[in-house]
Amino acid sequence: MTALPSSFDVTLALDIVLLVMLLVVAGAVARTRSLLAAIIMFSVYSLISAVWLVVMDAPDVAFTEAVVGAGVSTIILLGAILLTRGEAERPDWRRLIAPALACIAVGGLLVFAAIGLPGLGDAASPANAYVGRAYLEATPKDIGMPNVVTAVLSSYRSFDTLGETTVIFAAGVGVALMLGFGPRASLAPPSAVIGDHHVVPRVAAKLLIPLVALFAFYVQFHGDLGAGGGFQAGVIMAAAIILHALVFGLRETMAAIPPRVARSLASLGVLLYAGIGVICMMNGGGFLDYDYLFPPSVEQQIPGWLLGDSEHAHHWGQHFGIMLIELGVLLTVSATMVTIFYGFGGRTVEAARQEAKQ
Amino acid sequence: MDSVLSWIGGGFVVAGVALSLLGAIGVLRFPDFYTRIHAASITDTGGASLVLLGLCLIAGLTLTTLKLVFVWVFVMLTTPVAANALANAAFSSGHKPRIGTFQIVRTDERRKTPRGPDAP
Repeated sequence: MTALPSSFDVTLALDIVLLVMLLVVAGAVARTRSLLAAIIMFSVYSLISAVWLVVMDAPDVAFTEAVVGAGVSTIILLGAILLTRGEAERPDWRRLIAPALACIAVGGLLVFAAIGLPGLGDAASPANAYVGRAYLEATPKDIGMPNVVTAVLSSYRSFDTLGETTVIFAAGVGVALMLGFGPRASLAPPSAVIGDHHVVPRVAAKLLIPLVALFAFYVQFHGDLGAGGGFQAGVIMAAAIILHALVFGLRETMAAIPPRVARSLASLGVLLYAGIGVICMMNGGGFLDYDYLFPPSVEQQIPGWLLGDSEHAHHWGQHFGIMLIELGVLLTVSATMVTIFYGFGGRTVEAARQEAKQ
Repeated sequence: MDSVLSWIGGGFVVAGVALSLLGAIGVLRFPDFYTRIHAASITDTGGASLVLLGLCLIAGLTLTTLKLVFVWVFVMLTTPVAANALANAAFSSGHKPRIGTFQIVRTDERRKTPRGPDAP
């Protein structure tokens, strides 16, 4: 490393390379007329953004971007494209003038606003000097959790996270209201296995799905210590279920996880999250104030060996509260993703059936 | 000892990157879909394996090495299967491989002739 000149900034070089790649991919998405290619390139765009977020030291966000942007949303968009045409027509250039002007205006505003932003990692910027520093200093004392991102997300700002979880739930309900909860008629059994072309993906999926599900639980329960948490784990779990449906067929997956179970779990997650808040209120605290998760009479009964060292003893409520609301987030996110996938998958099956009839 | 290992590891990383670059050139230059996917898949798996092996040597015997091994297993399980699925889908939908002698067509001449369905 000493051979490099001191002015050579590796992070800056990586930033420039990744941003140029993002720009190229975005231009290609705008130019292509094939919707399939556009979806795949969107997936590439998300993956590059995820790498860039890792470079910017935001692994929690990068995680979400990689799983949601490059993984699940690509699958759902592919499901949507099966219901429509694969090619977009080239529109008349006169109809492009107004959208182009709008894009230039919004882009110009964003560039103008970006000039006023403080530098990346600037210690004197308001976010780092006041709020961020306060969180960093208070987290060990208040919550006793190594990952400050998880502490901020699920304890200090648990109202926001409850809102986000509810938004995801509402999105699932919206898709289900438009597309339904899955195929309305029962699905045909899979055709004979003789001459099966898909044996290699099948074997690989059998090996992969348990590993992916296990990784989802690791991400879920390791969220206190490292990058991860309910959102990421929920989407990884949904990805495992969707992989099962892609390889083994919608019928098999719906037998394992019926749509009724999926939508019940989605609402159960939000209920669990809000219910924790109500329990805290019943014990005399504020809504989602985990210090009041257990009434004092219960907290005195906890045996000493469970509490660990005295420093962490009074964070018991915080740890349990965060674990439970993260479980609620996991349930809602994964079940909502699966419900949305069932919605698209059911429509695809019906469209294929109608085509076969004609 | 440590510095020797990290130099060897660095060599593996550079070799892996070079292999991936060769794969990218192959995807652009090879004549038809099947040869292209061959170039993409083999060099991708091999290049990633070499890079991960190099990183393992640099990291030494730590928890990071174990995580890198997990990543390697995942890559070995997914990349070849993805290539197989792509080639299988192309073959099932009737995409024929190009068979015959390979003629190098200059780019300016290729532009003049319209592209047929089996053009590279």
